[in-house]
Amino acid sequence: MKKVSWLLVLSFSLLIILSSVGCNANNAAQSPEKTTQVEPVEIMVSAAASLQNSLTELQKDYAQKKPEVKLTFNFGSSGTLQQQIEQGAPADLFISAGKSQMDALGQKDLLVKESRIDLLGNDLVLVTGKEDKKVTSLEDLAKADVGKISIGTPESVPAGKYAQEALTSLKLWDQLTPKFVLAKDVTQVLNYVETGNVDAGLVYQSDAQGSDKVKVVMALPESSHKPIVYPAAIISATKNQQAAEDFLNYLQSSDAQKVFTQYGFKSIAK
Amino acid sequence: MSFDLMEIDFAPLIISLRAATMATIVTFFLGIAAAYFVSGYQGKFKGLIDGVLTLPLVLPPTVLGFLLLVLFGKNGPLGKFLTAIGTTVIFSWPATVIAASVVAFPLMYRTVRSSFEQIDQNIIYAARTLGVSEWKIFWKITIPLSWPGVAAGTVLAFARALGDFGATLMIGGNIPGKTLTIPAAIFFAAESGDMNKALLWVILIFIISLIVMTLMNYWTDYQRKLIISAGRK
Repeated sequence: MKKVSWLLVLSFSLLIILSSVGCNANNAAQSPEKTTQVEPVEIMVSAAASLQNSLTELQKDYAQKKPEVKLTFNFGSSGTLQQQIEQGAPADLFISAGKSQMDALGQKDLLVKESRIDLLGNDLVLVTGKEDKKVTSLEDLAKADVGKISIGTPESVPAGKYAQEALTSLKLWDQLTPKFVLAKDVTQVLNYVETGNVDAGLVYQSDAQGSDKVKVVMALPESSHKPIVYPAAIISATKNQQAAEDFLNYLQSSDAQKVFTQYGFKSIAK
Repeated sequence: MSFDLMEIDFAPLIISLRAATMATIVTFFLGIAAAYFVSGYQGKFKGLIDGVLTLPLVLPPTVLGFLLLVLFGKNGPLGKFLTAIGTTVIFSWPATVIAASVVAFPLMYRTVRSSFEQIDQNIIYAARTLGVSEWKIFWKITIPLSWPGVAAGTVLAFARALGDFGATLMIGGNIPGKTLTIPAAIFFAAESGDMNKALLWVILIFIISLIVMTLMNYWTDYQRKLIISAGRK
């Protein structure tokens, strides 16, 4: 029993020492900044979860360009982010994976209307497991030996909505309906394909590129669904409109767009 | 608020109730068995075993769901076995029962275990010296004395099983009419902006949970009084 209490005391003191060291390091790093910079600005960006990797990379670059601006990201599904903003969550900039969420905010006058732009594009692709050879075309999906197929839930996941549109216009939707497993987001679709629990899935090119356990069979024809765009706009409740505009302009710069294309997104020419 | 009740598909209600009820039955027996084993076990692995059995309470449900997916999935150890005997559980209603059972298990196990450990050991020693079999001790002494704990554990397990979302959605998927439970229906309705539908399900799950817990509470009180009055005789 004595041993145990000593161990507790020791680990607690270690914890306290470590945390105080951490604080000191932070203070040391911050103090020179405080003297040189005038006023630090914080910008809250609510962005679709699929942008997490690319935006995190751009964040580092932007920190060098504009050290006085602190970027904070809130990643989530576009539907959730829309609800949060409607309920007054503090956000300066919204980047959605679907038009409808942005439209809904626009109708409620929550956006700075003239700031709205189409930031990025994406492709809808058919993916299977890395070793899987059963599915080589969209028509194969209807074959008897192809089991479950996963797509996002059309009502709430933009990628699922595009998938529904594409499969409907290709006259495959009704035929495939019994095989569908609807997922709560694209990550879940990827998960199912990666673990081999579904034979195929429909995801964005940018998602497929991030996984080394799936292979892209083909991109769905662009004419089969509405163009995939990621709209971005400044939220009208923002207190830092100028800083938010600057960041939005930066995201449209060729440097930033290059990073986005590396992650599988499509650059939309203005 | 106006919507046509006939337009709402009530399948999630059936699926949720089935999953929660079956999961409660499963965890009732497994939880009591595990609690009995751990409270009697005095070896050096007690802490570890207890930790493993409690883990589902601590892990985020989606992580739990992912582990279950890997375990029961096509390429998982249990999944392969199930495929060999000609069945799969992923994306079917048994998946909702499995997910609900796993998330509910720790609540049953922990509640029952603590009430087992509160029993005065002298009573059990006395029974042993009188030559009563362990089986009889368990049914005639341990269970009746820890009944309030068992009942509380059962209610908690049912509530947790009914409310599970993350793990269920992961291994059950959203297949309307097959694996879509009430919490998942609420999530998808809210995500797609259909607040009326979400609200309807929220009210329903609220009523069900409240009824079950209230009934269970009254019943436990009634049982406790029975025990007390039996003790006075």
